[in-house]
Amino acid sequence: MIRRLRSAFVPYALALPAGLWLAIFFVAPMIVMLSVALETGSLISGFTLTWHFATFWQAIDLYHVQFIRSFVYGLVTTVLTIVIGYPVAYWIAFRGGRRKSTYLLLILLPFFVSFVIRTVSWQFLLADNGILLGHLKAWHLIPQNFHVLATSFAVVLGLTYNFLPFMILPIYVGLERVDESLLDAAADLYSSKRQAFLRVVLPLSVPGVFAGVLLTFVPAVSDYVNAQILGGTSTTMIGNIIETVYLENNQYPTAAALSFVLLAALLIGIFAYARALGTEDVFEAAAA
Amino acid sequence: MSTPQTAARDEGFGDDAPEPGTRLRGGRRSRGLHIYTWVVIGWLMLPIVVMIAFGFNNTTGKFNFAWQGFTLRWWEHPFAIQDLTGALVNSITIALIATALATIFGTLLGIALGRHRFRGKGLVDLVLFANIAAPEIVLGAALLSLFVTLGVNRGYVTIVIAHVMFDIAYVAVTVRARMAGVDPSIEEAARDLGAGPWATFRLVTIPVILPGIVAGALLAFALSIDDYIITQFNAGQTLTFPLWVYGATRFGVPPQVNVIGTMIFTVGVLLAVVNGLVVQRRRTWKPLSPALGEGATE
Repeated sequence: MIRRLRSAFVPYALALPAGLWLAIFFVAPMIVMLSVALETGSLISGFTLTWHFATFWQAIDLYHVQFIRSFVYGLVTTVLTIVIGYPVAYWIAFRGGRRKSTYLLLILLPFFVSFVIRTVSWQFLLADNGILLGHLKAWHLIPQNFHVLATSFAVVLGLTYNFLPFMILPIYVGLERVDESLLDAAADLYSSKRQAFLRVVLPLSVPGVFAGVLLTFVPAVSDYVNAQILGGTSTTMIGNIIETVYLENNQYPTAAALSFVLLAALLIGIFAYARALGTEDVFEAAAA
Repeated sequence: MSTPQTAARDEGFGDDAPEPGTRLRGGRRSRGLHIYTWVVIGWLMLPIVVMIAFGFNNTTGKFNFAWQGFTLRWWEHPFAIQDLTGALVNSITIALIATALATIFGTLLGIALGRHRFRGKGLVDLVLFANIAAPEIVLGAALLSLFVTLGVNRGYVTIVIAHVMFDIAYVAVTVRARMAGVDPSIEEAARDLGAGPWATFRLVTIPVILPGIVAGALLAFALSIDDYIITQFNAGQTLTFPLWVYGATRFGVPPQVNVIGTMIFTVGVLLAVVNGLVVQRRRTWKPLSPALGEGATE
């Protein structure tokens, strides 16, 4: 009897340390941040909980441009990573053969270099008179005042570059599971190559694409490092705002409110997208 | 799982001789895709090549922008800048501590999720999913809110706390996946042979899921060493390697950064290659006993 009690107790004991850590340092902070959003005050005079809901509206009002811009950048980045990455994932999954893991390693190789260094390298590559633009300007192929840095193009380029592997990998995993004999069956039913892809492979790859979208869109919208290193004053994203308001202005309530609005917007976006796909795919992708 | 078709595909026939029934596979179109894949890989490598190359640049000014000749002098004194080296040491030690803690906690959680059923399991799954899917800025900002409200000073310790927080989920998910694929009957067999629960855990369960634990630990370490956003929010005045590099962009990134970055890159690649080779060897192991062999190979 004690044996039975003890074995029932085991999973709780196993889960306890991690569960406790996450409860204290992940779940609780979310609640605390919500309460901070409802506070008023300043760093000098201290913050008090006044249930000041207006902070949310003020925050959205002040920074809606950056919000929209971030979602646009995120959307464009996600679409670009799918367009660029899907063919790569397809080729590795169906034609990679024995060297599949080598190709995957090559795709992941950039991650062995710090994210900040990678982005700074792009800043270097895209410099106004640097290695690329400098030569093009010297050969008069582009106007002398042409610049890439501090434009939306540079920021989206950085975002796409940094998140491409996050899209390729899940799509690859999804495509790898496709049974190639389904393609044979399609051929037996007089399907053309194009039809076979569109009507067999593509629908089956949707969970993988969904997982990739989740791993790309959410961080891309919330990113601020790319905008900070490659962008300028006209490319500020909501992440930059949150960072500035939190760490430089110390206006904690506004910053907290902004974080929540961002989170809520992302959640709405994800669930709307999941609805459009069908909920079984959400859980399949989540389990992947 | 390997059907005759997939086995043939895995053997590398995909590109060359067509197998039977491959009317819809292979062909000229895949040549174009092949080249395209290499172009994308090349594009992904571009900043890395730049980083490595400019670690050898004989630059005189503060800004490492134009090529001024080849030199090895940065490699002779890679740790010459004290702040940078200090930040690097912070990054490594924080990553080691956070990985150690997250691996222990996450492995236990992963085992519980992969093998047992318990009340609240769905909730834990949701929390883990939320942790991995949530944007880093929200994770970092929320934790900062907690520290600010409690009046805790941000520094080394808060960074470690933050890193463990996001590492646990990745380890737990990795171990859970591995655990779920393990046949429970090997543990039952161990019990039949007289092993108590602790002995079973130590001698059967852990060795079998070890690849998952190692994979989770490596993932946690890599995430920790590279983390910028969550760290920036919870670091206070303490600097880690990514934080230092970012700060340096304002007054000129010294070539030592390129050198150190190249070193980290090389170590990472070696680890990945070694890990790949080890996995390959395990696949061709002859198991000592049928029961252990069942779970011990991939």
